[in-house]
Amino acid sequence: MSNEKISLLEAVNLALHRAMTEDDNVVVLGEDVGVNGGVFRATAGLREAFGFKRVIDTPLAETMIAGLAVGMAAQGLKPVMEIQFMGFIYPALDQLVSHASRMRNRTRGRLSCPMVLRTPMGAGIRAPEHHSESTEALFAQIPGLRVVIPSSPARAYGLLLAAIDDPDPVIFLEPTRLYRMNPQVLQDDGKRLPLDSCFTLREGSDLTLISWGASVHETLQAAAQLQERGVSAEVIDVACVKPLDLDTLEASVRKTGRCVIVHEAPKSCAVGAEIAASLYERVLLDLQAPIQRVTAPDIPPPLYRLEQLYMPGVEDILAACETVLDYA
Amino acid sequence: MNPLNPDLPFTRYLAADGRLLADLPAWADDFDLLCRLYRQMVLARVFDQKAVALQRTGRIGTYAPTVGQEAISVAIGALMRADDVLVPYYRDTAAQVMRGVKMEEILLYWGGDERGSAFADPAAAQDFPLCVPIATQALHACGVATAMKIRGEHRVAVTTCGDGATSKGDFLEALNVAGAWQLPVVFVVNNNQWAISVPRRIQCGAPTLAQKATGAGFHGEQVDGNDIIAVYDRMQIALERARHGKGPVLLECLSYRLGDHTTADDATRYRSAEELKQAWQEEPIKRLQTFLAAQGVWDEGREQVLIGECQAQVQQAVEAFEAAGNQPLESVFDYVYAQWPAALAEQREQFLERAARRGEGSDHE
Repeated sequence: MSNEKISLLEAVNLALHRAMTEDDNVVVLGEDVGVNGGVFRATAGLREAFGFKRVIDTPLAETMIAGLAVGMAAQGLKPVMEIQFMGFIYPALDQLVSHASRMRNRTRGRLSCPMVLRTPMGAGIRAPEHHSESTEALFAQIPGLRVVIPSSPARAYGLLLAAIDDPDPVIFLEPTRLYRMNPQVLQDDGKRLPLDSCFTLREGSDLTLISWGASVHETLQAAAQLQERGVSAEVIDVACVKPLDLDTLEASVRKTGRCVIVHEAPKSCAVGAEIAASLYERVLLDLQAPIQRVTAPDIPPPLYRLEQLYMPGVEDILAACETVLDYA
Repeated sequence: MNPLNPDLPFTRYLAADGRLLADLPAWADDFDLLCRLYRQMVLARVFDQKAVALQRTGRIGTYAPTVGQEAISVAIGALMRADDVLVPYYRDTAAQVMRGVKMEEILLYWGGDERGSAFADPAAAQDFPLCVPIATQALHACGVATAMKIRGEHRVAVTTCGDGATSKGDFLEALNVAGAWQLPVVFVVNNNQWAISVPRRIQCGAPTLAQKATGAGFHGEQVDGNDIIAVYDRMQIALERARHGKGPVLLECLSYRLGDHTTADDATRYRSAEELKQAWQEEPIKRLQTFLAAQGVWDEGREQVLIGECQAQVQQAVEAFEAAGNQPLESVFDYVYAQWPAALAEQREQFLERAARRGEGSDHE
């Protein structure tokens, strides 16, 4: 048993090594994933370990990567694609909406698309234009897909293994801001985590903080500060934004009566809106205050000088918490 | 020489009036084979006429006619091996049926029932269902071919599309990767001159579509898509080439869409009766029939027997289609995920409540 701490990025790499060792049908493909090991090094060492037939450097064409994966998956392979940044994923959208997500349905189960599309997401690393988006809601709208966003090394490892096992297409979004933050000790034990359950990271009784992705980091910090003021906050990492584990969210908000949702995506029509609407349908009379959302505004992510203002900060979360706590 | 592009091969054996223009390839001395191909073409035409009639009488939904495309599709169906994979667009009923898809399944599909793409016959189990979003399927074929290549198999993926599809990025990205990786894939472009209302001449500035393969680093050629001897001959060579690791081939088959784009289209809005009349002079079935008759292996008597057989076969398929009944209501959820997620259970219950409210059960309608 190793006690060495590893990062979220290393956990992704570890899970890929594990999955490729366990199943010969797992193949990795994408731009620069082979010799270069990926621009973030998420696929480092895979080419050396598994060879060029299973770790494939593709031509530079995202539609092609996703379309290729549909054909490979239909032949029984389990392609794990990397799209270099979420900002470059949109050419692949047609293949995901029109084919990957519905092949099982349109053929009544005869053909299916067991595939994973990994891509780095989110702002906060002073990256160039088009490298900072959080557009998970686009994918969460598509029936037949699962959309998974890990926020710790352990969840990245366990959820990625589960995503690769899953018989349906999974969009696996890796928050770049967390890639090297908060390393933790992780055993390479091959244990999978459930793909359609929230993770309660901290139990509390006064209010519920709901988040996912990189914002989980600030949300936990806010909860710690609230604790110092004698306020007990429950923190839930949604982790799988499609399908949504509403039962866990409902039970928590029923208990606390107050809820703040924190995410880095723009506010309108985001997954936070879906969660808020569903909670109102289920727990309206248990609420002590209107649900608050702390999000990015409805603007493109600014270039890096202003990106810190774009992302929800601890102070913003605390301000929203005050609103729900002080509500008469 | 190919008048459109002197560097690009163009193959034709039969003139529009069935006359032989060149020495037949050796395989074509087998008149039994040619008669079998002829029968399949006629079956495809009879089926197509029936499907259009079913749409006109409200028994199926919108349908994409295949009239005029029979030579291309029958050649594909006749030559692919069982373990090859067909990744078709929506005018290759003939190839699909020859590979094991049932005609009643084609009718089910256009008749609004997903079971039409389930392909009950194991012979067709690996084939893709027809593809509506233009050119997207070309990439699936490359993915299938990639899997074959990774596994070192001597199998081929065959994908079809129309002339309009060659304008799309998906098609060009597919050609590019097929060339880069020398994939065992054959691209068959059915250049029927019309992408709904847009004619070939304003679809693309290149004199041929086949030469798009050149930019991707592999072989492309043109063939007369109304001459099944030519299509069969070049398709056979393309398949062998791909099967033996010699890389992809793009076969541009020159044909004409004799029907409307779909039953929801009215081609008289954008093309002349004169042009259509001229195109009927070129069509593939009459051409082969004239040739076979001149060889003394076909006559009016055989023709009448064949038409009767095809009509009976199609009628059987129509009856099977109409006897299929409906899928259970729950089936709309059963295949979205391998297992319907517990987290979405509520939606399924609400849908069934909706059905109950409207008095619909499993035997709805």
